[in-house]
Amino acid sequence: MKQSKKMSVMAAMIASAFVLSACGGSTSNGVSSSTSPSYSSSSTSSQYGGSSTGSYLTENIGDRVFFETDQSSLNSSSRGALRAQAEWLAQNANISLTIEGHADERGTRDYNLALGARRANAVRDFLISQGVDSARLQTISYGKERPVSLCSDDSCWSKNRRAVSVIR
Amino acid sequence: MMTSELSKNRFRTRRVGLLGLVSVLWVALLLQPATAALKIDITQGNVQPLPIAVLDFVSEDGVGSDLAQVIVADLERSGLFRPIEREAYIESELDVNVRPRFKDWRLVNALALVTGRSIMQNDGRLRVEFRLWDVVAQEQMTGLQFFTTPENWRRVSHLIADAIYERLTGENGYFDTRIVYVSESGPKNRRVKKLAIMDQDGFDQSELTNGQSLALTPRFSPTSQEITYLSYYRNRPRVYLLNIESGQQEVVGDFPGMTFAPRFSPDGQKIIMSLERNGNANIYTMDLRTRETQRLTSSLAIDTAPCFAPDGSQIVFESDRMGTQQLYVMEADGTNVRRISYGEGRYATPVWSPRGDLIAFTKTYKGRFLIGVMKTDGSGERILTEGFHNEGPAWSPNGRVLVFFREQKGAENGPSLWTVDVTGYNERPVSTPSWASDPAWSPLIR
Repeated sequence: MKQSKKMSVMAAMIASAFVLSACGGSTSNGVSSSTSPSYSSSSTSSQYGGSSTGSYLTENIGDRVFFETDQSSLNSSSRGALRAQAEWLAQNANISLTIEGHADERGTRDYNLALGARRANAVRDFLISQGVDSARLQTISYGKERPVSLCSDDSCWSKNRRAVSVIR
Repeated sequence: MMTSELSKNRFRTRRVGLLGLVSVLWVALLLQPATAALKIDITQGNVQPLPIAVLDFVSEDGVGSDLAQVIVADLERSGLFRPIEREAYIESELDVNVRPRFKDWRLVNALALVTGRSIMQNDGRLRVEFRLWDVVAQEQMTGLQFFTTPENWRRVSHLIADAIYERLTGENGYFDTRIVYVSESGPKNRRVKKLAIMDQDGFDQSELTNGQSLALTPRFSPTSQEITYLSYYRNRPRVYLLNIESGQQEVVGDFPGMTFAPRFSPDGQKIIMSLERNGNANIYTMDLRTRETQRLTSSLAIDTAPCFAPDGSQIVFESDRMGTQQLYVMEADGTNVRRISYGEGRYATPVWSPRGDLIAFTKTYKGRFLIGVMKTDGSGERILTEGFHNEGPAWSPNGRVLVFFREQKGAENGPSLWTVDVTGYNERPVSTPSWASDPAWSPLIR
């Protein structure tokens, strides 16, 4: 699991799509634990180790998809990743998500806020199209305010142009 | 001499400034318009700065030299003045009521001379007087007297610097103003952002929010001690009003999605902003008295960064409705939308000049971020500065200077504030105690 996390973080969407297809359906330790409310994408406790945790979503399902510069359209690997999310949501009916939309630092502040919202809504719309109840899906945009990769070239910017699903 | 001048005095009261301080009463010591020809022509791009000497004000407690220093710093930073180093002065102390030895000031190449004094009065107030002299014509150009509380001395300096600037350029000053901005600290991925406010020269810093909620894009009210900004309070990004004096806050309107990119209308009665709904951003206004909202754009695009013209009749904003971010102008009711930016690259964050004649913007072109201005019909584009990342220009209230923020490359860096003259000359850093972004300039405090 550790390894797959590293992979998906390091190698963007193709790798994470691969992790998805590898680990996709294999769920169920059967512990339903409530998750703490989180406001950042990287923080839900995994100490109970169930399939309904944020860390399970991150490590086994894939919690994020990536976008091209200024774009909010989902490519095929993103759609694959989100199908896995939808499937996982179907198996964990008590879970609701906040989808955080983000932009890289190469845009102006207001535009990036709007762009992040567009990206989060693209994910939301796709999950709804996969049968997820819209009431379980909230969105928020962070614009360029919360990068995960900090260098100033496209190797980092491409990881920051993202939408991340976080258990609410 | 003093007596005869005082007999012509005209008294004027000024309203209390932002800090709720005791009002400054100022007295014009001399009324007749000077016939002197000493004037800085600031219609030129690269102005030859005017050599000026500012003597330490005569005082018993040392504040006189502090007053002079702040005046010198204001004038120097404008790029329009070249203060002469005081070591060169032949006359080193001069009472405000004594006529200077102009010959001595011509020898040190001063064209203008400032003298003054400050007196602590029995009623606890500080009285500050100054005179501006034309060295060549050997006449007084202006002279004023201020009364204020002692802790307010920096403002008096800024007021005097404004008076000198106004007398010598023929334009309004901008030194007695403040800048609100976002103070940034911490690592890039967990950046703490607070609203902060300071005098335009970087002094008298204070924080307006505590950093618990992400705070972005503060803008001054043109008419009240209020700021509108975007806060992530309770993790809901929405536009707020913040009273600078009381600290009270309220959310602007009850909208179903994210509200952002707020600004006041020129009369201070409305907030114009973007509302995001299902991924689309459109422009709305809300009347702060009636709470009525009005939708101004209805596109499937990102319509944001709206800004009123100073007369309130039109609005400039950015939209990617034709594919990339470009600037558009519409009437205040949302009609007659026309694109104004047609250069190469993308255009964002338009801000209408207080004079009404120019629109400043952020432009991205070939991976660089530039600050520029164009006429309100989009013609006459001029780039004022460019680099890896420059963003978010805001005008000084007299429309002469732009403040913006600049980011450096790399994980360890943060943004800083800079000013540049509308001509593109005189680019300067503004010193802040932390990283700083999203600056906005106050109106003149008076």
